[in-house]
Amino acid sequence: MADANLKFASPRRVKRSGMVIIMSRILSYEKKDTWIHELSGFTKLVFFLLWGLTSALTYDTRVLLVMIVISVVIFAVSKTQWKQVGAVMKVILLFMVINLIAIFIIAPYQGCEIYGSRTDLFPLAAGYVVTREQLFYMFNILIKYFTVIPSVFIFLVTTDPSEFAASLNGVGVSYNISYAVAIALRYIPDVQGDFRRIRNAQEARGIEMSAKAGLFDRIRKTSSIIFPLLFSSMERIDVVSNAMELRGFGKKKKRTWYSAKKLSRNDYLVLAFTVLFCAAALVITYADGSRFYNPFV
Amino acid sequence: MEPVIEFSNYSFRYKSQKEPSLSGINLKIYPGEKILIAGPSGSGKSTLAHCINALIPCSFPGEVTGSLRVGGEDPARLGVFGMSKKVGTVLQDTDGQFIGLTVAEDLAFALENDAAPQQEMFEKVQRVAQVVDLEHLLHHAPGELSGGQKQRVSMGGVMVDDVDILLFDEPLANLDPATGKRTIALIDEIMKLRKMTVIIIEHRLEDVLYRDVDRIVVVNDGRIIADGKPDELLCEEVLGQQGVREPLYLAAIRHAGGTLRPEDHPQHIETMNLAPYRDLVRSWFTATPPLVCSNTNPPVLEVENLSFSYAPGEPVLREISFAVRKGEMLSIVGKNGAGKSTLSALICGFYQPTEGRILLNGQDIAPLSIKERGERVGLVMQSPNQMISKPMIMEEVGLGLTVRGVPADEVRERVEKTLKICGLYPMRNWPVSALSFGQKKRVTIASILVMEPDIMILDEPTAGQDYRHYTEIMEFLRRINRETGITILMITHDMHLMLEYTDRAVVIADGQLITDDTPARVLTDESIADRAYLKKTSLYDLALRCGIGEPSEFVERFIAYERAENQ
Repeated sequence: MADANLKFASPRRVKRSGMVIIMSRILSYEKKDTWIHELSGFTKLVFFLLWGLTSALTYDTRVLLVMIVISVVIFAVSKTQWKQVGAVMKVILLFMVINLIAIFIIAPYQGCEIYGSRTDLFPLAAGYVVTREQLFYMFNILIKYFTVIPSVFIFLVTTDPSEFAASLNGVGVSYNISYAVAIALRYIPDVQGDFRRIRNAQEARGIEMSAKAGLFDRIRKTSSIIFPLLFSSMERIDVVSNAMELRGFGKKKKRTWYSAKKLSRNDYLVLAFTVLFCAAALVITYADGSRFYNPFV
Repeated sequence: MEPVIEFSNYSFRYKSQKEPSLSGINLKIYPGEKILIAGPSGSGKSTLAHCINALIPCSFPGEVTGSLRVGGEDPARLGVFGMSKKVGTVLQDTDGQFIGLTVAEDLAFALENDAAPQQEMFEKVQRVAQVVDLEHLLHHAPGELSGGQKQRVSMGGVMVDDVDILLFDEPLANLDPATGKRTIALIDEIMKLRKMTVIIIEHRLEDVLYRDVDRIVVVNDGRIIADGKPDELLCEEVLGQQGVREPLYLAAIRHAGGTLRPEDHPQHIETMNLAPYRDLVRSWFTATPPLVCSNTNPPVLEVENLSFSYAPGEPVLREISFAVRKGEMLSIVGKNGAGKSTLSALICGFYQPTEGRILLNGQDIAPLSIKERGERVGLVMQSPNQMISKPMIMEEVGLGLTVRGVPADEVRERVEKTLKICGLYPMRNWPVSALSFGQKKRVTIASILVMEPDIMILDEPTAGQDYRHYTEIMEFLRRINRETGITILMITHDMHLMLEYTDRAVVIADGQLITDDTPARVLTDESIADRAYLKKTSLYDLALRCGIGEPSEFVERFIAYERAENQ
């Protein structure tokens, strides 16, 4: 309900405040009560990596379609909402379209080479001819994207950063690096707040950051925000590192984690499923000696 | 009894400095004592604290002579980590030291680093959360907590280690008065419950003395100037001489010609024996002329029925209306998060009001852009580091003019004139980095003044500064207010500031304007002070206990007297 209202508010009114609120929520962890949230960060990381690897290797349309269906189901089960990912999704879609157009311009007959046949559909300008094989090839690329993107989103919005840091440490990553991940996430909202305040104050002094100014001008003026942001962040880092040292961070070789989760039955089930599925997918893909599923023979 | 902390003939010099920051310190602190260490900035009181938790010499290297024992051990040998098992340090910046992503994780941080088993962590966190009253907030992120709650997290975070000594570095600096009072009470309860030794470094003496303190140690120039029982020290002149503000009720008694005696227990106004002073205070009250405050200028800023919300149905500000006369010094007060900063953001145009309007010299400023408003309403942010972006003073101060295309000659002329007003002219060719914090603050004020705005808004102008620097900045603001006639609006929760330096206070609580009156009347009205998380001034209690029927008038005469004395 609140969401719907926000859309109807005048854009000017929500411009600044709205942007910040959205920025800090996009693609960030939100606590929800689903079995996917309950899974260990380790499980989700393994799933995400194997899933992405499989999707990168296979061009088998049947496998990809199955993966899309599974992705969509997980997306729904994890109760991920469009507002959490929508803005980023749009940007990715835009790049995807640009990418597909570029493929067509640079290699218009790539599909024909791959599938070893050529079925012309209709001619396009400048000597380009649209072929059935090329369209099918580009369709495969498109659905590859759609198998990976949801899994990235789900990983980000369902994984508690501290618990993730704990599981990274659990699989052998040094705890310094693991903790750096968690602490970066902790201070992002603070730095965003600083950025907003500094930008406002500098704008009031007359340093306009709007689109009216030219590109070069904007880069030059950005320094009037970057430097204060840098200095106030350095002040912050000083306090944080002292505070961490005073509470004993980094003294011992090992460290435990308050939010660490033991692998549960569900974790093992998901891990087993992931390994089996990916193995099966690759076996099916390479069964005929090619990564591509060829419907034209 | 053996002292738990013992400095003997201890001196310390930072590696990068010529002069020692501490010299010839002899100090014994016994188990179960509560010690207040007071002194101006740069006096060495923070250095003293860093010696106790071993940041000196482990993180800040330098030359140590003499000896220091904490719990029978040498901190330099145990190191910061070893000392963290004995001394829990609570820093001033409650935001910065919140390390975990949630309250529970932050409380567990020290245990995690000690590689404690998870089950033990759960139990200890639960127990500590009970002590500092955070049980219901365990899964909250720092952004969802108030300043007072964050401070309780910091306290809990060091207590999980079962430390014997708690060390507080300016615990009141970022808190509103009512929350500060509660913090002092909580510290007192915890130390009694757990039989701890507490050291509080703070220059807000009166606020710390809200609960009994065993000793006050006054530090200046790296030496211990005085060390004694509060009742005795408060009767001497040493505090004022060392730039530490004495409690207001005691200042009033001194103004009235009273000579304080330790046997009257001046530590608390509620229980102090006032019999010897009552008549003096009353006759001083009748003899002191009332405050004349007659600003009849036309209003420069009018706020009419202003409302604002980020999301519909959750108003941050509701129907705020007030007017500011030209040349006034006005304070906007209220607890942390009451909507004070939002109000200034609306005036500056960073947000657009949901309802209502803002008039500047009678004109609605809704159509003006942020930049256009910036020429007429100047905003000075809390920390100079949030504003300064140029390496040289002249450049920084002239920035607002330069980007507006003012010719270089005129920029130079106006910058020099402003630097003279701000007392920075002799340093005009210095790099900004060579300035002290207070001087940097002046640079940011100069960079706003140079644009000759109608109004200047300052966000917490004195946050985290000791009495001497506070006085320096506030006297400076008062002088430019007189000399240039600029209207000054200050967002603050510092009661001294509003009382001593502003003519009027607009009080905001829960997004609503609850009163708009003289600071003296605001701070003598219990219900308003409660709602706005302020605290009644101790002058009020003094007036009542002396049988003066008009306490707010008493407060006003006290301010009038002090202002006249300052000039």
